Amino acid sequence: MSIEVKNVSKSFGDFVALEDVNVSIGSGQLTALLGPSGGGKSTLLRIIAGLESADSGSITIEGREATSLPPQKRNVGFVFQHYAAFKHLSVARNVAFGLEIRKRPKAEIKARVEELLELVHLSQFGHRLPAQLSGGQRQRMALARALAVEPSVLLLDEPFGALDAKVRKELRDWLRRLHDEVHVTTVFVTHDQEEALEVADQIVVINEGRVEQIGTPDELYDHPANEFVMSFLGEVTTLSGRLVRPHDVQMQTAPQVPEALEGQVSRMLRIGFEVRVTVLTTDGQEIVATMTRTQARSLGLAEGAPVWVSHLPGAEGVDVPAHGVLAAS
Amino acid sequence: MVGYLFLLVAWPVSLVVTKAFADGTTGIRAILEDPDVVHALQLTVVVALCAVVINTVFGVGMSLLLVRQEFPGKRALSALVDLPLSVSPIVVGLALVLVYGGRNGWFGPTLEEHGLRVIFATPGMVLATAFVALPLVIREVVPVLHEIGTDQEVAARSLGANSWQIFWRITLPAIKWAVVYGVVLSLARSLGEFGAVKVVSGNVLGETRTATLVVEEKYLNFDQQGAYATAFLLAMVSVACIVIVSLVRPRGHR
Repeated sequence: MSIEVKNVSKSFGDFVALEDVNVSIGSGQLTALLGPSGGGKSTLLRIIAGLESADSGSITIEGREATSLPPQKRNVGFVFQHYAAFKHLSVARNVAFGLEIRKRPKAEIKARVEELLELVHLSQFGHRLPAQLSGGQRQRMALARALAVEPSVLLLDEPFGALDAKVRKELRDWLRRLHDEVHVTTVFVTHDQEEALEVADQIVVINEGRVEQIGTPDELYDHPANEFVMSFLGEVTTLSGRLVRPHDVQMQTAPQVPEALEGQVSRMLRIGFEVRVTVLTTDGQEIVATMTRTQARSLGLAEGAPVWVSHLPGAEGVDVPAHGVLAAS
Repeated sequence: MVGYLFLLVAWPVSLVVTKAFADGTTGIRAILEDPDVVHALQLTVVVALCAVVINTVFGVGMSLLLVRQEFPGKRALSALVDLPLSVSPIVVGLALVLVYGGRNGWFGPTLEEHGLRVIFATPGMVLATAFVALPLVIREVVPVLHEIGTDQEVAARSLGANSWQIFWRITLPAIKWAVVYGVVLSLARSLGEFGAVKVVSGNVLGETRTATLVVEEKYLNFDQQGAYATAFLLAMVSVACIVIVSLVRPRGHR
């Protein structure tokens, strides 16, 4: 294991940011810490980096006890949401910073910087100042800067959070490819489930200071441990006391399975290729189903039309405890 | 606003210039040939430079302390930094005499036994000047430190830099122009200091008389030409400082 987090707790005054957190992160993996804002995921990342200290518990990095090591001795690379570019230094000097601090020979620094700028596709921007780069380019520069010191782990705190949707998606793909090339153990924090599902080998879902579930994207999506994980990883709707995915709701114009509930289409909303159908059942449940436009058309759905809804056989769901229904996120 | 600035600043200062050159350059030449005035000008520069160096080092250090550290009494310290702006320089001078005075001061006699004379000598004048100009560097640097935040410093630390390296490579370049501006304001203020220096210097001709004291002396002795000429030199140095900085400073920086 590359990073071992054991029984870590951290409070800020009365606020409990992390409560007895245990996480193991494998060597060479790309791991996402996923959860809502204020859930403690960034705090965990900062504790791993040494930028914050845990109240109790221990951190081991590459087999080395790191709990009380200062950040500069942990050999971690850290990438910040807002880039933290050194504004007065050129892109090349930014990347060279860690090497200059380590007093490496000039020729070696130059060669390494060129190699890294190549890697992040910024070769022709080496002489520019960070202010002359776009957000995406700045974040790539920050990545190159963090990679320059050959860290044993690379930590990214909401690395694409400040970028617009299109650049975000590009950088996400690019990060995945970069990781396949460089193979450094990488942990990134995100509140975007799509980002985590798409990029990560392993996802750690963190909420209210606790780890809710750890697993591969498929494990989490197909076998969510609880309501929270289920609803955080994607849209959900409640069908006869079970949380299910709206795309796992089967809709028919005649009762074909015995457990199908009778209802009426109360609302239809088209978003791009997808149609979101809200059904009000005769026993008073409101169920949301999504389907493609073609499917909706072939069923001849329209507001007010009678329909029968059931859970697609074999699809996953989580039973909702009697005390309450979790709102879909 | 323009009229206000004109009546209060531009017009009076321009009158000093015209008065200084009322007889062509003879007035200026006369004071530059007077060894006592030249000594006073030199002393002024030495005292001002010492005070500026002290205020720059402590000002930057104090700013970092006020912005980057949390400690009890921080607000009180921040208020204390502004004190020199609100207290009359004369009071500052008297206060320094009470502490460092050679005969009756609280600390002065001890220092004097060890051969260090403070009051009625250059060290006292440097102290008084430094006291009066103390807030200027701090008030320039503090807002910039707040503005740049700690991101870059934290990033540098995560890349392996120690505190000293972070300061020289990251923090100082980021606050560079604030420091320069603070230094220039301090220099201008230090060159022109009058009240506090008058009290602690003893105003001894050719020894502890600074340029501002020369101006007063000449003015009181009806040597108006000399007074205006010296005043003109003082004003020119200060104006030049500010003009040079605003020319050199890159656009977009405050």
